[in-house]
Order: sequence, then structure tokens, then C-alpha cells
Amino acid sequence: MTWVLVIVMVVATVVSDLLQSFEMKRAGEQSMGASGVGRLLRMIAARRYLLLSIVFLAFSFFAFMALVQSAPLSFAVPASASSFILETVLAKVLLKEKIGARRAAGTLLVLCGVVLLGK
Amino acid sequence: MPLSNKTTRTYLLLVLFLALRAFGNLSLAWGTKHMPEILAADPLVYIRSMLHPGIAVGVAMLILSLLVRLALLSLADLSFILPMTAIGYVLAALLGRVFLHEDVSPQRWLAVALIFGGAVLVSGTPQATTGKVEGSK
Repeated sequence: MTWVLVIVMVVATVVSDLLQSFEMKRAGEQSMGASGVGRLLRMIAARRYLLLSIVFLAFSFFAFMALVQSAPLSFAVPASASSFILETVLAKVLLKEKIGARRAAGTLLVLCGVVLLGK
Repeated sequence: MPLSNKTTRTYLLLVLFLALRAFGNLSLAWGTKHMPEILAADPLVYIRSMLHPGIAVGVAMLILSLLVRLALLSLADLSFILPMTAIGYVLAALLGRVFLHEDVSPQRWLAVALIFGGAVLVSGTPQATTGKVEGSK
């Protein structure tokens, strides 16, 4: 059961993040002031992919919730980091982000750290 | 990279996001461990669990953190935000440890150092590379 929850969590997180990044790049710069929050909420309601991303996020969230109930937080959190590499590669392929040597090296270091944290 | 208004805003949102997610997750974990029912496939159990104060506060903080992250994604690349927000894993481990009274092993300190080192490396890269975001500036 634990690993089913991990897989549901990772796949849902990846899809959700890609959809969100795609839509927010198109939306332009946002702020978190009083009017910014309202604007963000209206934007979620108006944009199909953002709404869809919230659905995937809900799946990911409930899987995480079930996971932290039975497994320790120090396992659940690093397990969620397996989405890291998948998302970074897809950000390059699908979202056309430029990932130079420095960002790739930094991301790998972070990944090693998160995996080590869970041991 | 010059410390522009946009860079400052990105880092402020980053700090806000990290704080909201770390304390939100902690509250959620505490709540789920102190509720009477087991969470599985039954959606009603999840809905009832929202009545638990620890879970309710956690969920509220996590919803707010989602909005902050959306604003972050409008300012910076996904591949920039992912490693930068990984500092949250360190916060989660530290907060979890405080409550569970675990020992801090040398291996965990190495993990913390790796995550910070990686985040520092990534912070030196341009935060938005797709052109659509940088646009007018």
C-alpha cells in the first residue's frame, strides 16, 4: 500500500506542476498582495489547465496524507522527491526551460541530499 | 544577476512558501496521527478528518502555500523553483525531529549540506529562461 501511495503521489505531482508552470508562464507576473490573492483565485477558476492541476494536486495531497499517517514524515517527504528528476527533465522538454550545467548540478546535489535525508 | 525588484519578490515569496508549507505539513502530520480513523480509499473519512483542528489548520496553510507557489511560478522557471523549494525538506525534517525527539546523525547533516549547496548553485542561475516571463523587464 505504501508504494501505491508513493506512485499516485509522484505521478499526480508531476502532472500538476507541469500544468501550473505552463499556465503561470502564460499568465505573466503575479503578486501576493490583497488584490493579488483575489486575482489568483479568479485565475484558477477561469483557466482550464489550472483547474485540472488542482484536481491532480488533490490526488497527490490525499495520497501524501494517507502516507504520513502510516509512514514517518522522514520517509514520506523524501519519497515525494522522486518527482524531482522527472519534473526537471519534462520542464526542459515540454516547457522549453533552459537547464544549464550549473542548474543541473545543483538539482542533482539537492536530489542526493533529499534521498540521504530519508535514509 | 542584478538584485532587481523581481528577484527580491521571488525570494520573499520563496520564504513565505517555505514557512507555510513546513508548518502546514507539521500540523497535518500531527493531526492525522491523532485522529481516530484510518485514512484509506473512503472519501468520507477524508472529509470528516477536516474537522480535526490540526488537520484544518494544516490544510488552510497548505492552500495558502499553493497560491504563493502559483505566484512564484509566474515569476520563475519550474526547474528553478523545484530545487530552491527543496530547502523545505530540511525544514520538515528539522521540525519533525523536534517533535519526535530524534537524534541528528552525521548523515543527516550531510544531507542538509547537500541540499543547501545545491540550492545555492541553482540560485546563481537565471530564474526565468523561457522568455515569456521576463518579457517587459
